[in-house]
Amino acid sequence: MSGSSEFTHPFQAYEAPPLGHSSGSRLERVLRQGRFAVTAELNPPDSANAEDVFEAARPLAEVVDAINATDASGANCHMSSIGICSLLTRAGYGTIYQISCRDRNRIAIQGDVLGAAAMGVKNVLCLTGDGVGVGDQPGAKPVFDLDSISLLRALKTMRDEGAFLSGRKISSPPHLFLGAAENPCVPPLEWRPERLRKKIEAGAEYIQTNYIFDMPVFEAFMARVRDLGLDKKVFILAGVGPLASARAARWMRSNVPGIHIPEHVIERLEKAEKPGEEGKRLAIELIQQIREIKGVAGVHVMAYRREHQVSDIILESGVLKGRRPEGSRRARTTPGARSGREAGDEVSSASMETQPSDEGVR
Amino acid sequence: MYRLRLWSVRHSRGLERLYKWVEGTMVALDPLFSRLGYDRVERPIAFVERNVKGLLFDCEMCGQCVLSSTGMSCPMNCPKQLRNGPCGGVRPGGFCEVRPWMRCVWVDAWSGAQTMRNGAWIEEVLPPVDRSLKGSSSWLRVAREKAAARRAAPVRSRARAIVARAFSGARRNEPASAPLAEEPTSAVNQEAQR
Ligand code: SF4
Repeated sequence: MSGSSEFTHPFQAYEAPPLGHSSGSRLERVLRQGRFAVTAELNPPDSANAEDVFEAARPLAEVVDAINATDASGANCHMSSIGICSLLTRAGYGTIYQISCRDRNRIAIQGDVLGAAAMGVKNVLCLTGDGVGVGDQPGAKPVFDLDSISLLRALKTMRDEGAFLSGRKISSPPHLFLGAAENPCVPPLEWRPERLRKKIEAGAEYIQTNYIFDMPVFEAFMARVRDLGLDKKVFILAGVGPLASARAARWMRSNVPGIHIPEHVIERLEKAEKPGEEGKRLAIELIQQIREIKGVAGVHVMAYRREHQVSDIILESGVLKGRRPEGSRRARTTPGARSGREAGDEVSSASMETQPSDEGVR
Repeated sequence: MYRLRLWSVRHSRGLERLYKWVEGTMVALDPLFSRLGYDRVERPIAFVERNVKGLLFDCEMCGQCVLSSTGMSCPMNCPKQLRNGPCGGVRPGGFCEVRPWMRCVWVDAWSGAQTMRNGAWIEEVLPPVDRSLKGSSSWLRVAREKAAARRAAPVRSRARAIVARAFSGARRNEPASAPLAEEPTSAVNQEAQR
């Protein structure tokens, strides 16, 4: 691990967020300023080497405001979300700590959240989690002690009341920007917006959706969301991702829980000469359509095994509008000592050294 | 029984009324239960509750019944035991992600709630289950809660106080979901506490 300058970032005192903010995270700032936010998912390494995490993060950080570290998504075991977030946050990257209820009970989760916050993590994403049966270790014991909504309320209680669910006081409560997921394109379609309202009630301040491939269904969802006034209460980031081929799309549809891909999308990939390129084009088009929908605050790019396409997709879609995203800016080291911009420039030139290769980081 | 459970959701309105009546009776019997001692009535009442609700709802005796807030579809039958709505994995046609042969408990819950008088209760955020209450009577717990509220009994547990405060809406509708009254020894699952 020697040789990596990313460990030299000094510890800071736990700073209070700016007025009107929950966490002071850069993602929160971008959203509250009304800019179109971009986030992306980092595919966690099956490795104990921190350098693998940085290598995967660098190309993403150039084009996103925050990087999601998945928590054993699809019930497959990889490096933990808290480990990845700690490494990246300490190196100045904007991160989103995903917490799934599948693998840990309330004791573990609340403790981990304090640990993550102490490492500088500010954004969390509360998830229920896929069943263990679809993962690489189907014999594991499913936990599901909390659900995503009671988890949101529990973290909100930790943050706002300064107390654990046991009532014990937390001397320095975590400053968190609370997020949740929504899956607008799977049943029960008519209740998805109500469920979103419940998540907001529970404490969600931003939402990242699952893959959107079906625009009419998503538009209907958003229309209902606007009718309920929910787009005024929560920032919605729509999930988008490139498909590799018709076969891959079919496989995902029948093997990964919660993925809805309409037939016409698959046909389009089938007819394409270069399905990989077509999948990328499709993702770009989806982003451009999504950007026009009222009430959408950003996009969340998930590119499982196609991370090398992420930066192209985001840049070509034009959503950044020439804006430099916040993902790789270093947070101020000491309050008032240097401006965030100067410090940010330093990191970003360092991270420019590694350009995403065609092969991606895997 | 799976079929009976689906029937119950289809008849959520009538069962809601019946359930309220049973609960009301339990609350009214509080003076009697108090005289006999809640500790002593726990086992026989729990036995009746287990059999009646087991038949109608596939009840798992979590001890914190929230059927009135879940369209009379018991959330303990969700393989993930979610208490606040469906997960993101519901299959086409409304089938369960984990057990594809079963209807998603929460798809049914939401449709069951539509016909109920207090159907809007489904929108209230419910607290996580207190696993140490498994096997105990939820009916008696509601009776104790209402009686304790009438007496304005002091709250001794810090943990219960914070859950009741953080999930105050749920407590208003379903007192057993975030209880404050003291538990008789026989209502606390010794197994879970070890
Ligand atoms: S599909 Fe429905 S019943 Fe199955 S795990 Fe998800 S919420 Fe529970």
